[in-house]
Amino acid sequence: MDSSTSRNATILKSVCLAGVLAFPLIGFSDYVLHIAISILLWGFVYTGWSVMGRFGLVSLGHGAFLGVGAYGTTMLWNHLGLTPWIGIPISVVAAGILGLLIGLPCFRFRITGHYFALVTLALTEVARLLIVALRDQTGGSLGVTPVGMVSPEEPISIYALQFASKYVWFYIMVAVWLVGLLIWRAVDRSMLRYAMEAISQEEDAAASVGVQVTRTKLTVTVISAAMTAFGGAMYGQYQQYINPETVSGIAISLQIVFAVIAGGMFVQLGPTVGAVITILLGEGLRLGFGHEFHGLDVTIYGLMLILFIIYMPRGVLGKAVEAFSAPRARPAAPSAQPGE
Amino acid sequence: MEFSLTDPFLWETVIQGLLFGGVLALLSLGLNLIFGVIDVVWICYAELIMLGMYTIFFLYTHYGLPLPVSFAGGILMVAALGALLHQLVIRPILHTEPINQLLVTGGVLFFLQGLATMMFSVEFRNIGISFGSVEAGDMFFPVSRIIAFVVSLVAVACLWLFLKKTYLGTAIRAISQDRDVMPLMGVSPRKIYLVTSALGGGLAGLGACLLVMLYDIHPAIGLTFGPIVFMVCVLGGLGNMFGGFIAAFIFAEFIALGGFYAEVEWGYVLAFVFFIVMMFIRPQGLLGTRN
Repeated sequence: MDSSTSRNATILKSVCLAGVLAFPLIGFSDYVLHIAISILLWGFVYTGWSVMGRFGLVSLGHGAFLGVGAYGTTMLWNHLGLTPWIGIPISVVAAGILGLLIGLPCFRFRITGHYFALVTLALTEVARLLIVALRDQTGGSLGVTPVGMVSPEEPISIYALQFASKYVWFYIMVAVWLVGLLIWRAVDRSMLRYAMEAISQEEDAAASVGVQVTRTKLTVTVISAAMTAFGGAMYGQYQQYINPETVSGIAISLQIVFAVIAGGMFVQLGPTVGAVITILLGEGLRLGFGHEFHGLDVTIYGLMLILFIIYMPRGVLGKAVEAFSAPRARPAAPSAQPGE
Repeated sequence: MEFSLTDPFLWETVIQGLLFGGVLALLSLGLNLIFGVIDVVWICYAELIMLGMYTIFFLYTHYGLPLPVSFAGGILMVAALGALLHQLVIRPILHTEPINQLLVTGGVLFFLQGLATMMFSVEFRNIGISFGSVEAGDMFFPVSRIIAFVVSLVAVACLWLFLKKTYLGTAIRAISQDRDVMPLMGVSPRKIYLVTSALGGGLAGLGACLLVMLYDIHPAIGLTFGPIVFMVCVLGGLGNMFGGFIAAFIFAEFIALGGFYAEVEWGYVLAFVFFIVMMFIRPQGLLGTRN
């Protein structure tokens, strides 16, 4: 890539970012802002999933990390009065440790493919059921609201990380999302990527040339778990309400996986595109059909996923990038093959 | 709660767990068969059961068909769905990465769940039959659970006989052992896969017959027992039906006793934690041989 195209790319990126930043200034309603915030937030979470998912570590258990982030932060705040500024780091570290605990034996015993997916599925169900079972502390399936510190007189509480204004949240989420993209790129450009690609193609061969298989897998898992937990915590702070179904369990875990597949897990903005597609689809159908056709969004969503996986396994953005760069000789595609 | 072996409630719980284990064993049977033969995990397996339950419900309550006919209708319906699922969704990607096949059935899960929500709404429905219960000593057992248990055992035995004694069963077992050589021996994998999918669907339909007697029907019911069925299969060693059978009873006892000493969620938590720990001790499953 010569310097002029790279300069063009930088300019393009700056323009896009300026567009995102200027978005609220157009004066959209709170509803539109809410959609934008949701897209950024889930774009971040999905990016976090793809940090490991793109290397064939398909986790169906990211709801567990989301739950640790959201419930950890809220429980520390509600029961111990610990500010989210401390609570979030604690929850994120806890999720990282959980990722380590589940990852270490999995990777050491070569649990891959179906088995890895199903073990992580058990993990997310454990998280959901624990939240329900500890109903005296967590509010059970009814969910819980972080104790509110903001009021019409005092719309901003930095200590409680609560803001009444959606504008504030929008800019916070832009920052979060950008950090997510940067982490994705850092992994993409690091030795981790090459090691993971080698591992996902042939684990024994990778090990024989000195790749530390278990350690490399654990690193991406912990990064991914921590990002997801952070996203969960921010979700709780923004929504001011969490329940076991929305932050853990099989449904949300599958939703994460599928949004990433729809967008494309092998390109930086793929997960974000996945968030755009799934959220706009859900909202569009809800606005178009109201609640008359309850379930229509899930039906179409499911159908789309089936078609995507059969016809477009690299996702919308992945396909677009592929088509755009088709004339050039493509570099070896980041491995689409999971471990086995 | 005091621990006492003479406590009739404890024994009632243990036996209830055993009965529930029979149902779980049956539910895991079809999934195990599919995995063992086609090497695909149907994440949407529980949703097929859900549609079977709705079929039985509508045949019985709205069309006034006798219960056995409704059951047969439910089984046929899910068997057809299973074959359709294989033909339309699995076959086009049978030769891509295995994880794609698992994920695509996850799309089917959402599709079926959404479809059921649209067609039947989210309200809970019940077939409204009570079989009463039997008393033994100080213990009470619902007859429906005993029926479910017996049917499960009979179905397991029938499937075993089918696989061992019939030509088709032998072909299915042969394909699952070596999918490259069997085509050379004149067995068409395509046909065998389709038959196996229909058979797996039929077993899911049989599961629906039992569940419809025990639980209310709603579109999300698949999510409530789907995960436990996967865990049973994996713990038993995916594809190993006998292992799945034993795992079903272990899980059921965890759930029953956990529910007895604490709340029912704790039973599930214990069962899942046990599963995760076992995966590390025996990654190939209780009786499985992996690779």
